Amino acid sequence: MYSEKVMDHFNNPRNVGEIENPSGVGTVGNVKCGDIMRMYFDIDKQGVIRDVKFKTFGCGAAVATSSMATELVKGKTVQEALTVTNKAVMEALDGLPPVKVHCSLLAEEAIHAALWDYAQKNGIVIQGLEEPVDDIAEKAKDEEY
Amino acid sequence: MEKLIYLDNAATTQMSKEVLNEMLPFFRQTYSNPSAVYSFAGESKKAVDHARKQAAELIGANIEEIYFTGGGSESDNWALKAAAEAYCSKGKHIITSKIEHHAILHTCEYLERRGYEVTYLDVDEYGKISFEELKTAIRPDTILISIMMANNEIGTIEPIAEIGKIAHENGVLFHTDAVQAYGHIPIHVNDMGIDMLSASGHKFNGPKGTGILYIRKGIKISSFIHGGAQERNRRAGTSNVPGIVGFGKAAQIAGESMKERTEDEIRLREHLIERVLAEIPYVKLNGHRTDRLPNNINFCFRFIEGESLLILLDQLGVCASSGSACTSGALDPSHVLLAIGLPHEIAHGSLRITLSEENTLEEIDFVADELKKIVERLRNMSPVYEDFVRSQK
Repeated sequence: MYSEKVMDHFNNPRNVGEIENPSGVGTVGNVKCGDIMRMYFDIDKQGVIRDVKFKTFGCGAAVATSSMATELVKGKTVQEALTVTNKAVMEALDGLPPVKVHCSLLAEEAIHAALWDYAQKNGIVIQGLEEPVDDIAEKAKDEEY
Repeated sequence: MEKLIYLDNAATTQMSKEVLNEMLPFFRQTYSNPSAVYSFAGESKKAVDHARKQAAELIGANIEEIYFTGGGSESDNWALKAAAEAYCSKGKHIITSKIEHHAILHTCEYLERRGYEVTYLDVDEYGKISFEELKTAIRPDTILISIMMANNEIGTIEPIAEIGKIAHENGVLFHTDAVQAYGHIPIHVNDMGIDMLSASGHKFNGPKGTGILYIRKGIKISSFIHGGAQERNRRAGTSNVPGIVGFGKAAQIAGESMKERTEDEIRLREHLIERVLAEIPYVKLNGHRTDRLPNNINFCFRFIEGESLLILLDQLGVCASSGSACTSGALDPSHVLLAIGLPHEIAHGSLRITLSEENTLEEIDFVADELKKIVERLRNMSPVYEDFVRSQK
């Protein structure tokens, strides 16, 4: 079902964890669809992403895409990090089954959400970055338990 | 991969050697069409008749009330569609439950698109329907009640005899999908007031592609597969003689071994349930504690997602499932877990383990040990768990 690279990133996920006082943190996804990703960025004064950590609740593909996304953005500037699209994550993982493509979209959104948080905290504008729409706090309100 | 630990017997079972040996002569030696006139056909016919007797005896039915089909889904489709058609002059209302297998639910949706009305009964937190709700749902135009005998995901056994009684007091036909129950728990169609019953061969060590529909004598539902005069004119198609023979043999063995086999399964079931509930925090057993299939275990592990759990178990050679195997590929959590009132996030963390008599205590202990590690590992990377831990501080 999954490529070797997906299985590798699922079995040995890179950069799992938290960052204390992160420069930016973003959480996307919702419990209803069954995937939640959280990314923590440590960004230096030059705007370079020095460290990335993630936590993910989700399927094998969700874990693998978050892991790969953290690898891809590490060392990039915040501007360069926008080139890490869902397509880039998927290609780096040698593809995903069609029903799991949304996981790579979630990974892209998680990067954007963490960058957005960083931009907001520092009052800066990152060219081409739009406010992430996928907010679990919003979605959670719609849940009827 | 080391030895396979197969814990997905609700999805399918391994066919037993005895069943295979019983079937083999009917592929090359006795390959005759039982409908033919010559004496060579007589041997096939005799074998089919014998299998029908074996299938009937397991549920206290008469031989002529058993109709062989191509499987459980076909039997369910036949029962519902043909009953709907046959009784449409009385009414167009059907009652079922929210936790039925998709073979029932999707057939009901099909009938809804053709002008039938369907009431989907709620279930309680254990997956049981309420008699009061059932009685209230019955209307003058109700033609059929279809409630499963035992649920394929959470293993809950429904109070079939009481449902049958209510159906008959109200003059309504009663069908039960017994695909998970047939061969696993005692069934008596007369004592339980069952008018129609579906079963599937591969769920009790018989061959795949075989099933039965029990139709009580006197119930006038018509043919579903049109063609030749097989199965007393009610199910056309050349008889699948090896399959039918296998079904019959498996039914006979299931009946003879039921007591001892299910006692073993219950012992293993209880051992795993007790260990997991005692040793892993934030876990819930789904389904009824005692009114459940002997081989069924279904847990929800909070803060983690089922597919990740299955992949990690698979890497250890353990076959299990999360919700119904038929729904994997879908993104929504199981309709059964939602119907028993679980929120989405908890339903996503479900694990179904279904045992067989082949499983050993060593295997079960191995799975319990590994589950502890896997659940902890997945929780450590779960943002939902992180939030929970923070909220507890």
